[in-house]
Amino acid sequence: MALPGDKFRLSALKPALELRSKLLTAIRLFFLEHGYLEVETPVVVKTPAMELHIDACPAGKGYLRTSPELHMKRLLCAGYGRIFQIGPCFRSGERGNLHNPEFTMLEWYRAQADYMDILAETKDLLRYVAKTCLGKMTFERNARTIDLGAEWLSFSVSEYFEKFAGWNPAASFDERRFDDDLVNCIEPHLPKDRPVVLRDYPAEAAALARLKTDNRRLAERWELYLGGMEIANAFSELTDAAEQRKRFEECAQKRLAMGKEAYELDGEFLAALETGMPSCAGIALGLDRLVMLFAGADSLDDVLLFR
Amino acid sequence: MYSASDLRKGLRVEIEGVPYIIADFNFVKPGKGASIYNCKMKNLITGATLTRSYRSNDKLDEPKLEERTMRYSYKDGDNYVFIDKNFEQMSVGTDVLGDARFFLVEDIEVDILIHNDQPIGVELPTFIEKEIKETEPGYRGNTATNVTKPAKIEGGYELQVPLFINQGDIIKIDTRTGGYSDRVSVSKGS
Repeated sequence: MALPGDKFRLSALKPALELRSKLLTAIRLFFLEHGYLEVETPVVVKTPAMELHIDACPAGKGYLRTSPELHMKRLLCAGYGRIFQIGPCFRSGERGNLHNPEFTMLEWYRAQADYMDILAETKDLLRYVAKTCLGKMTFERNARTIDLGAEWLSFSVSEYFEKFAGWNPAASFDERRFDDDLVNCIEPHLPKDRPVVLRDYPAEAAALARLKTDNRRLAERWELYLGGMEIANAFSELTDAAEQRKRFEECAQKRLAMGKEAYELDGEFLAALETGMPSCAGIALGLDRLVMLFAGADSLDDVLLFR
Repeated sequence: MYSASDLRKGLRVEIEGVPYIIADFNFVKPGKGASIYNCKMKNLITGATLTRSYRSNDKLDEPKLEERTMRYSYKDGDNYVFIDKNFEQMSVGTDVLGDARFFLVEDIEVDILIHNDQPIGVELPTFIEKEIKETEPGYRGNTATNVTKPAKIEGGYELQVPLFINQGDIIKIDTRTGGYSDRVSVSKGS
């Protein structure tokens, strides 16, 4: 039975819903104008993409997808050069102001591009949708204005860790320390008035990314922060099937050691990768968080209807 | 046993034998990193607060807590004796009751929080009624509630009341704040 306040709450969220609808339309327009094809891949999958800290929700004989990544990469292997998808993803146990176990992901991939090309495109996309939906490039978070039109800052992970945490995770990686310091020492120091990109993560922190050719300790990965909040993650994608299989297997072993379920490897994805995937880059962007930012809200509670 | 993913605001947990309630909860997860569960917890016995952060693999004990509805019966030295519907008695000390001891009236129904068979907290009804035993004479005409004077109820508990309150009046007290809430009836003598 609905709570007495439910009707009131749902109707109060209407402006956020209208904003979301506008945003979805603007995103689709942007990608169609840039030669992208909108795709839909299965929500229920046989096995989820293996990641150390992402847990899938079981569904029937399989799982709800935690990301559309592996299916979209199979399309890349089949010759689709520019694809995007907007759809629900599910991650067990993730609930907080900035997390919901069910959320909407915007994910896109582009062949013959690397992570820096995707960054340029992300800049164009966000500026375009802000202008279309808000009529301006600025919005507020925690009473601070963020300007998408300002110059975007980019820092390497090593540089920021050495400056604010006193060590370089790319020199010797310590996973627990990395996560703690990222949350407690790095994120509070990120400028909040404009977009900030942290790039070139330690290889251990990017299971599906390509390593840099001039430094095998670093992966071609970046994360975008808006107002101190993470909003998107991008890779130059790993195209080496043998290396990918090895990383999945190592990840499975680590998951087992942590007392977590080790998912079966996705044989169909690995087989596709063996036939060859073009050099490409991809990105996942949290759509609910973007709605939240554009709405000037500080919590997903203010933009998600049912949770 | 709770695992970190069970943590949420309002959950009661036990750390090194002490029961806590989670007063504030915040979930963070850096991109591709591990989940971190930040908790601000209140000690259910002393009221002291504690900040802790947990990871997915961490486990927390579940406190053996019980809540029993009982009626206040009588005072026995420094202890206050409560009785439940099966006539089982429980004695609660002044240290646990705090100011709540002044608000007890015979037969009043309270919820007693019990940890490992020891009472650790008593929850009274939000409002109780008490007679004013001692205060300066009131000013009949002054109905303003923003000007106050001290008054005492039975047991010597002192609180601020509006000027129009007289000795012998019955007032309503908010047990959450221990403050005056309303006048129930006027003393027959005035």
